[in-house]
Amino acid sequence: MTDTTTHLGADSARVEGPAKVTGRARYASEYPLSGMAYVYPVGAPVARGKVRAIDAAEAEAVPGVLGVLWHGNAPRLEEAEPDGLSLAAELQVLQSDEVLYHGHMVAAVVAETTEAARHAAGLLRTDIDRSPHDAAFFRDRDDFYTPEDSDEHRGDPDAQIAGAHAVVDEVYGTAMQHNNPMEPHSTIAEWGAGGLTLHESTQGPHVVRETLAPMVGLEPDQVRVIAPFVGGGFGSKGPLHAPTIVAVLAARAFPGRPMKLLLPRQRMFDQVGYRSPTSMRVRLTAGADGVLTGISADAAVQSSRVAEFIETAAAPARMMYAAPHRRSTHSAVTLDAAPPTWMRAPGECPGMFGPEVAMDELACTLGIDPIELRVRNEPDRDPSSGLPYSSRNLVACLREGARRFGWADHDHAPGARHDGEWLVGAGVASSTYPAMLMPGSSAVVRHLGEGRYEVGIGAADIGTGAETALGLIAAEALEVPADRVRMRIGDTEQPTATVAGGSTGTVSWGSAITAAAQEFRKRHGSAPGTGAEATGDAAPPEEGDAYSSHGFGAQFAEVHVHAHTGEVRVPRLLGVWAVGRVISARTAHSQFLGGMVMGLSMALHESSEVDPRTGHVVNRDLADYHIAANADIGDVQAHWIDEHDPYVNALGAKGIGEIGIVGTAAAIANAAHHATGVRVRDLPLTPDRFV
Amino acid sequence: MIPFEYVRARDAAGAVAAVAEHPRAAFLAGGTNLVDNMKLGIEAPERIVDVTGLSLDTVDVLPGGGLRIGAGVRNADLAAHPEVRRTYPLLSKALLSGASGQLRNLATTGGNLLQRTRCPYYRHAEMPCNKREPGTGCSALGGVSRDRAVLGASENCVATHPSDMATAMCALDAEAVVQGTDGERRVPVEGLHRLPGDEPHRDTVLEPADLITAVELPPAPEGALSDYYKARERASFAFALASVAVEAVFDGGTVASTRIAFGGVAHKPWRARRAEEALIGHAPTEEAVRAAAAAELAEARPLEGDEFKTRIAAGALTTVFGRLAGRAGEGREDR
Repeated sequence: MTDTTTHLGADSARVEGPAKVTGRARYASEYPLSGMAYVYPVGAPVARGKVRAIDAAEAEAVPGVLGVLWHGNAPRLEEAEPDGLSLAAELQVLQSDEVLYHGHMVAAVVAETTEAARHAAGLLRTDIDRSPHDAAFFRDRDDFYTPEDSDEHRGDPDAQIAGAHAVVDEVYGTAMQHNNPMEPHSTIAEWGAGGLTLHESTQGPHVVRETLAPMVGLEPDQVRVIAPFVGGGFGSKGPLHAPTIVAVLAARAFPGRPMKLLLPRQRMFDQVGYRSPTSMRVRLTAGADGVLTGISADAAVQSSRVAEFIETAAAPARMMYAAPHRRSTHSAVTLDAAPPTWMRAPGECPGMFGPEVAMDELACTLGIDPIELRVRNEPDRDPSSGLPYSSRNLVACLREGARRFGWADHDHAPGARHDGEWLVGAGVASSTYPAMLMPGSSAVVRHLGEGRYEVGIGAADIGTGAETALGLIAAEALEVPADRVRMRIGDTEQPTATVAGGSTGTVSWGSAITAAAQEFRKRHGSAPGTGAEATGDAAPPEEGDAYSSHGFGAQFAEVHVHAHTGEVRVPRLLGVWAVGRVISARTAHSQFLGGMVMGLSMALHESSEVDPRTGHVVNRDLADYHIAANADIGDVQAHWIDEHDPYVNALGAKGIGEIGIVGTAAAIANAAHHATGVRVRDLPLTPDRFV
Repeated sequence: MIPFEYVRARDAAGAVAAVAEHPRAAFLAGGTNLVDNMKLGIEAPERIVDVTGLSLDTVDVLPGGGLRIGAGVRNADLAAHPEVRRTYPLLSKALLSGASGQLRNLATTGGNLLQRTRCPYYRHAEMPCNKREPGTGCSALGGVSRDRAVLGASENCVATHPSDMATAMCALDAEAVVQGTDGERRVPVEGLHRLPGDEPHRDTVLEPADLITAVELPPAPEGALSDYYKARERASFAFALASVAVEAVFDGGTVASTRIAFGGVAHKPWRARRAEEALIGHAPTEEAVRAAAAAELAEARPLEGDEFKTRIAAGALTTVFGRLAGRAGEGREDR
């Protein structure tokens, strides 16, 4: 690289780290507001029906109970069309008698204490006219439909079977997963004379404002959303969900009193979305040399009677490998279930599992090293759009990963190595995630005097390190030391910021900050007066439409499977990434590690189990819904190669928040096969599959 | 919160009396299970009798050998106790494989023995459950769970007992010292927990006002080796798919004596006497151990989808005997 930057790529400590580890960082539910009241949500105990009546007499008699909201008395909401992130119907809560999924909110108790609210909630008598429901996702259903604009066809992949030297044709499954950020969804809502104020755990304060304002008959500038610290979201805090609306309804019903709704962990399994289970039939056809002639990816997912949400799992197969004949399709089934939502790398994460295991199966069939197989199918242009890549360094990641992991020692025979009681294997898979820049963000730069600057943007740092990275971008653009810049984020009082989603935050917000800094210097020069300020807007890259832009990576896993009990452990994970310029080395490293750990968790543990008789998620807390514990994590390494991409955007950076989870599960499943000879095509890789 | 009366007991007899005189009373020790269940709305005692002040928190070596463990001894302290680590290492290992460090710091010996099942239907107040509300039915039958009994279940209940510690104590022939309204008596841990039968709401043979005050371990046999293996999906903070506690004395290449208990497979810790008999006098080859496991598990009746649990139980036994035989062969004394 030839640039002469001083800040970008720095190994800077997380700026908000001390506040977080000393407990001074205040999360949404932690504001000690006077006059606080507490809201406890009550879900339907059936998956479909109509609420006939709610008898609240006993609940209202509990000392401290202020009231019970239900569709018979809750304030009315306007039918507003949200911004494209949230699902309008999901937000019309306590507005009608319809019960459309198990746990669908039918009432909320408001009380002086959370204990009184919870106790009273248990005393509500809900009279529901129950209807038959259908909440079971399985591939052999006969009522899948084709969502609009979800398929892509090139050539005739079916016709390639006849002449193929090798065919892999299998069905791969990923489990329903719930996002489960450490901080549950939480809101403190207060309806005052000037409008509505929210302390909200969100990935986008301005998204919340723009979505809520028309629903409650306010102008956007009458809604303030405050979210300086957010304890994770993984997508579920991008769109709004029902609990926030219920807190707002309570605030509307009790003006002047802050209403706190801190969602209990069990309700995280029915109120705030999930990743749809996916079932994908993948067919690869290839010659003896491993060169693909056809790729088919037909994904089946679930949607909800409340609103449509499609997990676009077949999409990544469109651009990953070269093949003249290709098909990618989606089919969905509408269930009496809550709507799915975004979960870290929606589409790519579940969508790369099947194809990357299929590539491993093809490599085994042909006796070709799985890295070499991928190299032989490297496209020179995006096979879907036909555009050149702004940069694509998958092969470099595979080769660098192979070197660091020690892949050269790899013998291909499955089930041939052991270490004491444990069978030992290694596996590899590719990762990818699109690099996007979302227009719509603005930033303000202010000179505070004596060379100190404040940079404001309403962006949410959901634990990613965004505040640290944005500070480096601002310092770079202002040409000042990083400690001269103080970021102001997480508040609608700051200029508009797009959602922290789609791995777009750093480049989108950073683009606005760079524009504001350049405007500032243009107007005020290098010796500005105190109080001087300027604003700027995020601009899409000039040649953005001329290139296909994606990050790429390669993940390697060492897997041990217990010979007698089938237990699966992953002592080693290694990822190598090509993601353009890395802005903030330390927090980027954390993002990769976090994604890989979450991918390991998906591979070994995570699965929301729906009881079809009731439609509820049975394992609805963190004791039963297993997320990887520290003891599951061994040596995890993340490295990146030096990638210079002059086309992707002005910063030369690609988003990194999601790519780390893409491909991990496939690498682990491939390694488990290598260890045992057992090919598992449905996640998670639980011991029963191997014993 | 549902209001309840809180009573701090001064002595064991007083604690027993305080529970005996109230129809909906419960003892409180570490609270790691009872308080959770109260928050879940599945237990609602009207009187809570706190027994943490009863000075039941010592571990003492008995005059004739063996160990007396106060019922109030915390799991973390018991696992770390030098005499436990030296003489009953499988107990230490079982304790450390349970829960999390934070929970073990609070949970007590008596409370651990009496913890309730983690069956997800039992823990969900909306769901019918014979253990929680007799006569309402068993939701776990035909439901979705990996935590169902394969041995000794009934058509009324397929819950498992979750304790690792109790499984180790069962193998060690431990006895619970119980204070009741009629005075003190002893109950072998092996006979403490019940099979569900048609009364799944009764976990144990104890009466509501019975208070466990101590657990006594007999002296370990000369030269015994022991181990505990817990097979689980997650490497920590997960209940057993199946576990096994084994103590064995080897004589040359054969098993001179052994005591075996399985965990996670039944409504109680499952003393595996058939497996013991099958192994005594034989060399613990993988074939012999698998045959012993098969003898014990012949009466397993796994529900559809749970067949893997018997395979894992057999695999855990194979693993432990493989380890113990290896140590016996090396002549190591670190048992």
